[in-house]
Amino acid sequence: MRAATCLAALLLATAFPARAQEPAHPESIQIGLSTDRVAITADFAGADLTIFGALENADPLINRQGRYDVYVVLEGPARPVVVRRKSRVLGMWINTQSETFVNVPMSYSVATTRQPQDITDPNNYRQLSLGANNIYMEPEDKRDSPLTIQEFTDALRDRKQATGLYSDNIGGVQFLSQSLFRATLHLAPNVPVGTHKARAFLFRNGIFIKETSAQLAIVKSGFEQTIYRFATDHGFGYGLFAIGLAMLTGWLGRIVFRKD
Amino acid sequence: MGIYLPIAEMSVNVFVLLAMGAAVGFLSGMFGVGGGFLITPLLIFYNIPPAIAVATGANQVIASSFSGALAHLKRGTLDFKLGTVLLIGGIAGSAAGGFVFALLRALGQLDLFISLLYVVFLGTVGGLMLIESVNALRLTKGGVPPALKKSGQHNWIHRLPFKMRFRTSKLFVSVIPVLGIGAGIGFLSAIMGVGGGFIMVPALIYLLKVPTNVVVGTSLFQIVVVSAFTTLVHSSTNQTVDIILALVLMVGGVAGAQYGAKAGQKLRGEQLRALLALLVLAVALRLGFDLFVKPQNLYSLTGVSGLL
Repeated sequence: MRAATCLAALLLATAFPARAQEPAHPESIQIGLSTDRVAITADFAGADLTIFGALENADPLINRQGRYDVYVVLEGPARPVVVRRKSRVLGMWINTQSETFVNVPMSYSVATTRQPQDITDPNNYRQLSLGANNIYMEPEDKRDSPLTIQEFTDALRDRKQATGLYSDNIGGVQFLSQSLFRATLHLAPNVPVGTHKARAFLFRNGIFIKETSAQLAIVKSGFEQTIYRFATDHGFGYGLFAIGLAMLTGWLGRIVFRKD
Repeated sequence: MGIYLPIAEMSVNVFVLLAMGAAVGFLSGMFGVGGGFLITPLLIFYNIPPAIAVATGANQVIASSFSGALAHLKRGTLDFKLGTVLLIGGIAGSAAGGFVFALLRALGQLDLFISLLYVVFLGTVGGLMLIESVNALRLTKGGVPPALKKSGQHNWIHRLPFKMRFRTSKLFVSVIPVLGIGAGIGFLSAIMGVGGGFIMVPALIYLLKVPTNVVVGTSLFQIVVVSAFTTLVHSSTNQTVDIILALVLMVGGVAGAQYGAKAGQKLRGEQLRALLALLVLAVALRLGFDLFVKPQNLYSLTGVSGLL
């Protein structure tokens, strides 16, 4: 009994100093966006988004050793997605199987200080559902075999990466000083409009310390937005306008190049 | 220089689009076709979602056809009465096509259906035209003048009831085949994003025996109205008409058409038809190739509405 108490005391004694030390240096991370709105204009062809951030109460020793790592994610709005698979029917390649996922982030850009596997181990990424490979894609029909769901989930990620909507920028987070860092994320030319969430994760020696987030709205700029709204809210009027424009172009073309 | 398409929600190169429009405009001016059957596949090859390519193609066809229809109106080679009957069928066909289009999109089979229709129709029309024009070329080389069918010849179509007189076309024919041709072309217009001139012109000449000089003007008139209706159907049910995309293509197309028309005047009718046949067959082959050759990637993504 006494031995057990002693052991407990000993454990407490060893546990407490460590815990007491932590509050003294609660490292934390802050990020700030230069703008909370990115407007997509007519000449938009993809862009780099820069996010600035700062470490607070960073341990100078660990900092000098370069053992602080930052993982920044910009996650687009989630929408349902259908993944279809082609197979050969009568010699033709036809969409046969499909799998619907309910909430898939339309885009997922990552910037990190170094190779993700050098920051922390895969288990931590899984727990934080961090990284394109660890986001949970919820299938609409959960009765499908796990193998099929896995196959379509992999295909979904692969397609997203191929179109640049899921991107990694290794080395995209750079420390400008002991505490200030800059993250550069790629926005694909077909980046979805909507509310994007920027999150920054701080790791110290491979241990997750703190997370912070900020919101970014990606919107079509005035003119593009007007057209889009017109097309979706007043489809009929928009159609009439499109017809009128086509007729006008045809008529003008005849006048400009008139030969007869 | 990139340009952002607000409906397709993607950024594309404006010069590629202008060149595409100009090339198709050149060919359409040269051969006197709307060019929808070229622009829609080209847009699909350029990774524009097929649903948007089709709807925008229909919109683009209006510009080139309207320009041509005006010219025929001025020359009096446009049969309004025949055009209107064709239209009634055309609008019904286009409405049905718009419905089938939305259904196929939800099923994920739209791309396949578009490709199949292109391969079948372009393949058939191109093949027939090639045979006919090569024969004509051989005949003229042999010194025998090409024998044109007289408009007085009758076939089974002329024995159908509900006859109607079309004065400009000097025709007394049942309205059933006229409505049928109109409906078929309206349906194709909605699904393939074409005006349908490449089917309409042979159908009017060979099936209804409409005099050749009236055919093109009447067909253009019907194409303008049916394409306009198709544009309306797509814009109000599927919201897939991208006006910026259409405008860039039209500007390129209108300019290209003028040079194409000049080039076309230097060639003989049979030569033009043979070249057009080869072009049509090439598009059919290209689309057929994609259908039968294993795609690089078996998987594709779409939003639940069919768009991404």
